[in-house]
Amino acid sequence: MLGEGLLKGLAVTAKNFAASYVSAERLTTVQYPEERIAPIEATRDFPFLVYDGEDWEAGLRCVACQICEKECPPKCIYIEKSKDKKPDFVGKMQIYPARFDIDISVCMSCQICVEVCPFEAIKMDTEFELSTTDRFGGLLHDRRALAKSNGHYRKIHPTEAGEVDARRAGEKAKAEAKAKLDAEAAAAKAAAAAKTAEPPAGAGD
Amino acid sequence: MSQLQSHSATAHEKPESQKLEGWNQPMELQPDGEAEILEVAMGPHHPSTHGVFRMDVALDGERVIRLKPVFGYLHRNHEKLGEGQSYLASMPYTDRLDYICSLTNNWAYALAVEKLTGQAVPERAEYLRVIVGELTRVQNHASSIGFLIQDMGASGTPLMYAFREREKILDLFEELTGARMMCNYMRFGGCRVDATQSWLDRTRKLVGELPAFADEFETLLCTNEILMARTQGVGILKPELAVNAGVTGPMLRASGVNYDIRKVDHYGIYDRFNFQVPLGDHWDVYDRFMIRLLELRESLKILEQALKEIPEGPVMDPKAKIRGFRPKPGEAYGRIEAPKGELGFYLISDGSPNPYRYRVRPPSLVNLTILEDMCLGNNVADVVLILGSVDIVLGEVDR
Amino acid sequence: MIDKLDQIFVLFEHWLLGYLPAFWRQPAGVLVNVVAIIAVFPTLMAISVWLERKGLGRMQNRLGPNRVGPFGLLQPVADGLKSLTKEDIVPRNADAAVHFLAPLVLLVAAFMGFAVIPMGRNMVLVEMDAGLLFYFSMGAATELSVFMAGWSSRNKYSLLGAMRAVAQMVSYEVPLLLSSVVVVMISGSLSLTKIVEAQNHYTGVFPHWYVFTPWGLAAFVIFIVAATAETNRSPFDLPEGESELVAGYFTEYSGFKFALFFLGEYIGMLSVAALGATLFLGGWSAPFSFLGWVPSWIWFFSKVMLSICFFIWLRGTMPRLRQDQLMNFAWKFVLPISLLNVLVAAAWRFLGGGWRQWVVCTLILALAYVGLGWGGMRRKRFGPRRYRYAE
Repeated sequence: MLGEGLLKGLAVTAKNFAASYVSAERLTTVQYPEERIAPIEATRDFPFLVYDGEDWEAGLRCVACQICEKECPPKCIYIEKSKDKKPDFVGKMQIYPARFDIDISVCMSCQICVEVCPFEAIKMDTEFELSTTDRFGGLLHDRRALAKSNGHYRKIHPTEAGEVDARRAGEKAKAEAKAKLDAEAAAAKAAAAAKTAEPPAGAGD
Repeated sequence: MSQLQSHSATAHEKPESQKLEGWNQPMELQPDGEAEILEVAMGPHHPSTHGVFRMDVALDGERVIRLKPVFGYLHRNHEKLGEGQSYLASMPYTDRLDYICSLTNNWAYALAVEKLTGQAVPERAEYLRVIVGELTRVQNHASSIGFLIQDMGASGTPLMYAFREREKILDLFEELTGARMMCNYMRFGGCRVDATQSWLDRTRKLVGELPAFADEFETLLCTNEILMARTQGVGILKPELAVNAGVTGPMLRASGVNYDIRKVDHYGIYDRFNFQVPLGDHWDVYDRFMIRLLELRESLKILEQALKEIPEGPVMDPKAKIRGFRPKPGEAYGRIEAPKGELGFYLISDGSPNPYRYRVRPPSLVNLTILEDMCLGNNVADVVLILGSVDIVLGEVDR
Repeated sequence: MIDKLDQIFVLFEHWLLGYLPAFWRQPAGVLVNVVAIIAVFPTLMAISVWLERKGLGRMQNRLGPNRVGPFGLLQPVADGLKSLTKEDIVPRNADAAVHFLAPLVLLVAAFMGFAVIPMGRNMVLVEMDAGLLFYFSMGAATELSVFMAGWSSRNKYSLLGAMRAVAQMVSYEVPLLLSSVVVVMISGSLSLTKIVEAQNHYTGVFPHWYVFTPWGLAAFVIFIVAATAETNRSPFDLPEGESELVAGYFTEYSGFKFALFFLGEYIGMLSVAALGATLFLGGWSAPFSFLGWVPSWIWFFSKVMLSICFFIWLRGTMPRLRQDQLMNFAWKFVLPISLLNVLVAAAWRFLGGGWRQWVVCTLILALAYVGLGWGGMRRKRFGPRRYRYAE
């Protein structure tokens, strides 16, 4: 009958109208900024540099290998290596970035820098309310602005941070065990060398 | 054709003071009394052209006698950029081709590179690819129908219902890949990150609820007399013309041609799933949007099966290289059944880390080439509908 | 006491006019009534705009405006202020005088219709014997303004839109008039006050509104369809379709003139809703006899606002019809049914009381509707389809 489909359509709309007052399923508006959706853990916005401990310069994990700069598709990273070295978390001396700039107006949040970094130094942040009135300088983040602590990383991506920490703890333990073995071997060698050096001194008695 | 030639040849010459600028000129009757031809430019700034797209339409009264699509307003040099950067770096750019369906774009590119390098993909990764690919298809078809009805003037109600469901799917994508739309999820040899059990459970729950949404959509739309009057018999595309023009995807199947790349190529693991391919018999706008709705239901069937059968295992071959690899010189064409049609990537490698030639076969562009043939003889009000039924995304058309 | 509440505005007016000398009372009375109408109906229009945006929002699973004032109630005020402060652009080639006059003509013609509508017991501006005739002549003047707008803009889009709008409005005038003629036939008078009084009787609890008779229901449905087309509302809003040729005949209007067109359209909507309520829904009479204590003007305005809600509901659900389909629908479906309805109303009168008039009239109308509908759909080969799957 003519008009049946129209009446069915009117019924669907009326149902949605009435249901929008009673069920949250049918009224999906979230009134930002007063209400916010719970943040999803895996979300990625812009990169940041991770540092361990309290001192951001001493604890910065990045060793300026420049792999992320090479792999970044829109080339938004700019790195300058330092002239001197500083110890990393296992004690090895590494160079560090004297300059590490990311232009977030160019960055497209693709996360390739995070994937290719061998040192777990750069991770994705979840901060998106970054608007500023300075169109050029305000959107160019230098390494001071990018450096955030491991505690922050653990807060925003707990699962990932847990895995990274476990891996690094394992590496550190392995490095320490190796260092201890090396030290013991060196001490044994030194003791053996000292012993063989002693008897000639006592023989003249 | 002769009508149009005489229009320009015998136009009156007005004195300078009365000449008006631009296309705002008053219409003049031809000296030999022929009908006036109105030339209208629809777009690029238009509420219904699905992006920055222009159509130069010549009208005789209300009938379309000539239509020229003009695009290129969103050209972003994707293919040339691809030649200058590594294979991995092109992956985020493929997200931005058909920006509504980023995951299927990723899949087509990954398939092409895997063909080039001969890389195999673990089984769990294949299942995950199918799951996210079909979820992409569901949300694309729902939005496409919503946009079509919005263009018809239903003040966006079906569009809002489609977007409500799309939001749920995008939330799932954000949990899995980190971003709602620019997912950057597939890699050469698998997927970037594994899905947790809770994600799979939530997906199962959503897939269980989606058929109710499809039912509500059908009730609202499919027997609506006004919709039927507007779309049935409009924009007919004959099957021979469709095949000759290289049209693929739901448009081709609505013209009755049985060609679904999932069934033809058996790429991925699609031959393990039980699903059917709906075909249209009347070849008009109504068929196209009904085929999309039916395909949505078929995708839900595939999703149920995939979510049940997904095995444990790695999602990436640990020995697969994603950066710094140099494929042997050669060429490969990887294609999939994207929600809009056949999306193909053609890569030529010369042994260096960057491709020598990187070419995208955009389904929206190829489907757009017969827009004029479909619109001739129809009303100008139908042009918008026919364009909506082609389901284009300018990111793909212009690259 | 209840009577006083019912007549409160009339009494208030009498009290005000008591302060004037006798000579000035009648013209001042007219002035007061005119001012009242000009104050009330734009307020109702603001409420309708708010209702539309919130209603459409809720139908689409979202909130409507809710930032400007509590529940977004001040949103129409914000819209009005915005359009007042926008630059008024008149195209260089436009015919300036006609361009300026078009919205004014629309507003004046739309407001004139309210002069003859009884909004409560004893609450009508002008007690005219041929009130309905006056109303329709004023309604026809709105079509003039639409064409003035399109023509004066000297713009292909506007002209096309204006011509379509005028064609649509003219085609739907005929069913609109024919459905009102039926009411005139049965009530025996062109005066709207008499039509309302004829409906103000009750058998038991139920009122004698004309919508509760078969010919009245058919006429009411035809009236709604024709009224939606007259006021260019969805699903008949092709002339102002946003996705078709931008905004049609008022493409070239900006600033306050655009707001005036908007106002004129909504006043037109209120006007036909008021007429529909008067002709078919009993005007100011209560739906049940035991509710007669509620003031009559409350019933009238509730019926008008309910009709507005129905228009909004239609807008939220239906896509729009194409121009030629609109015209086909008017001339090949609505007009024959309205002509048949005139015959049915006459048959109603002459079949006398009792069950015979109900059965015969309902049967004729039902058969005609189903038959014409089925025939029309078959000829155009519209209909739901089944789809096959590939093997």
